[in-house]
Amino acid sequence: MSEAPIQEKVEAQAIDNLEPDFDGEFPIVIEGLRNSFGEQVVHEGLDLKVKRGEVLGVVGGSGSGKSVLMRSIIGLQVPDQGTIEVFGRNIADESAREDMAIRSRWGVLFQGGALFSTLTVGENVEVPLKQFYPELDPELMHEIARYKVVLSGLPADAASKYPAELSGGMKKRAGLARALALDPELLFLDEPTAGLDPIGAARFDELTRNLADTLGLTVFLITHDLDTLYAICDRVAVIADKKVIAVGTIPELLKSDHPWIQEYFNGPRGRAVQARPEHGKSMDSQGQTGE
Amino acid sequence: MREWAAYSLEEKAGRATLVVTGPLLISTIGALDRELRAFEGHVDVIDLSRVGAVDTVGAWTVLHFSREQDAEIVGADRQASRLLKAVEAARSSAALLPPRSRLTLRVPETVGKYVVEFGYGSRDMLGFAGHIMVSGLALFIHPSRFRSKAVVRQFELVGVSALFIIGLMSFLIGIVIAQQGAAQLQQFGAEIYTINLTGRLSVRELGVLMTAIMVAGRSGSSFAAQLGTMKLTEEVDAMRTIGVSPMEALVLPRVIAAVVMMPLLGFYSAGLSIIGGAFIASLTLNIPFHTFLARIQEVVPLYDVWVGLIKAPVFGMIIGLTGCYQGMQVEGNSEEVGLRTTLAVVQAIFLVIVLDAFFAVFFTEVGWG
Repeated sequence: MSEAPIQEKVEAQAIDNLEPDFDGEFPIVIEGLRNSFGEQVVHEGLDLKVKRGEVLGVVGGSGSGKSVLMRSIIGLQVPDQGTIEVFGRNIADESAREDMAIRSRWGVLFQGGALFSTLTVGENVEVPLKQFYPELDPELMHEIARYKVVLSGLPADAASKYPAELSGGMKKRAGLARALALDPELLFLDEPTAGLDPIGAARFDELTRNLADTLGLTVFLITHDLDTLYAICDRVAVIADKKVIAVGTIPELLKSDHPWIQEYFNGPRGRAVQARPEHGKSMDSQGQTGE
Repeated sequence: MREWAAYSLEEKAGRATLVVTGPLLISTIGALDRELRAFEGHVDVIDLSRVGAVDTVGAWTVLHFSREQDAEIVGADRQASRLLKAVEAARSSAALLPPRSRLTLRVPETVGKYVVEFGYGSRDMLGFAGHIMVSGLALFIHPSRFRSKAVVRQFELVGVSALFIIGLMSFLIGIVIAQQGAAQLQQFGAEIYTINLTGRLSVRELGVLMTAIMVAGRSGSSFAAQLGTMKLTEEVDAMRTIGVSPMEALVLPRVIAAVVMMPLLGFYSAGLSIIGGAFIASLTLNIPFHTFLARIQEVVPLYDVWVGLIKAPVFGMIIGLTGCYQGMQVEGNSEEVGLRTTLAVVQAIFLVIVLDAFFAVFFTEVGWG
């Protein structure tokens, strides 16, 4: 076998120092986070720990800073104060190279999908592969792109379509395929079911849960959707008053007497979801109609 | 250094066995995948009992190889089997790019498409011009629908805010004409004709033409980009459903602004270019500033001013028309906005220059030479 030349070639092409080891229990640890835009303070003294392997739902009123929190964690928003550790590394003060290492281990799905509009769905999935693993055989990259597209619940022939040819729900799935391209350990989903019809939303929830279980993902999921919380989240973090006021399973949160939490879970919509017999960790949520 | 996935060949119970070792992850699979692709030989069994962590890419590589060799996979732990199953279910051989035909077919096809598109484009643009005129006439019947605020706002954007850059440009062009003209005319002692050259050229041709090019670049492009973005965000559709005609609310104010502002800007430009000429003449040709300006009145016939002023609104119409037309044609994605904006500017400048040539011949023929 001509093992050595191939091995050498691959090693020469690879980006070195890409894989930091992390075995801790909490992939994301946020302490004393403060974010502000001018005079307006969005977060003040926010603490949050995300457990390995859980699906954490993040809820909060509009403008409570859910998306800003996600942007802070993935390094798009530089916080005023506080530390954010992702995989045990403070993302605010790492060198660019180590940033690359962390970036290769998370996937982000933005609200609108944020697909590159000049590339087909398949090419979109290949972008992170080319960026982080240039040593992979081009044929392997094509194959990865193909099965990731199907894995994300898209029909196989969607791989050759441009984002403009896709519906809103398909764009989200395509965005998910790109987020999953690197087999990340950590997946950020920003309102994945917003703008989807109830059936599509339920399918997307199911897909997220399945993928999380199969691939062993830790999911940071921002949502407004009570059905999503009940269907797939292990724990829920509630953001209000500029901080995380409570984290726990839904039964635990229901015991809280914070007015916002009471309003949220026991308001008309919250009661409607609770009243359903099959709420909880049901995987056959296709029958559910939302809202 | 990364620990790469590797393999070794063994003979187990009379069957050729490929034993995979190391972590089967996207970050470690690069070498193994290439080696397996180049693998010549045959294996019956793939043994995964000695691998470390597995992800879907590792599972895919193993699955792909086992399909090729028709080999059995043994020793996969729970996670690995789960991934193998998931990847197996997601197998697809779909293309990643839309189908493309052969070059020999594509070239005539593309040429044909351009010709047809040009035909339809010209027809649609004429239709759009007609639509603008009809909407404009409708305003005379219902003057209350005239959007004076929007029009004034466009006056500001197209006209007032362009004053500085057009003024500066014209002043410099005046300097160049006078200076270069004088250099040539001096050769036969006729540098006094620099005044004729600068005056007539500025008033009749360059003032309006350069202004048109500048307005096409500044305002034509912004018309196309604004309307295009509004089309993308469905603002235009929203207007229609509320009963507001986009033609009246968006297109007409812009076209009117371009038509009204062009003669004003053109005249202003001609004036500043004469001042530029006078300035350089007083510096280098010893023609006093005031003499230069006084001579202009004598050597530039009044019809030159008319020629410039007649052309200007027509050019403004062309710029407004192409900008708004291209903007309203945007569909699909943000890339289209850029393409249409470019097209609007290129078309506007091209049409302006073509029309200018026609005007030049026409006015000479009618005796305004």
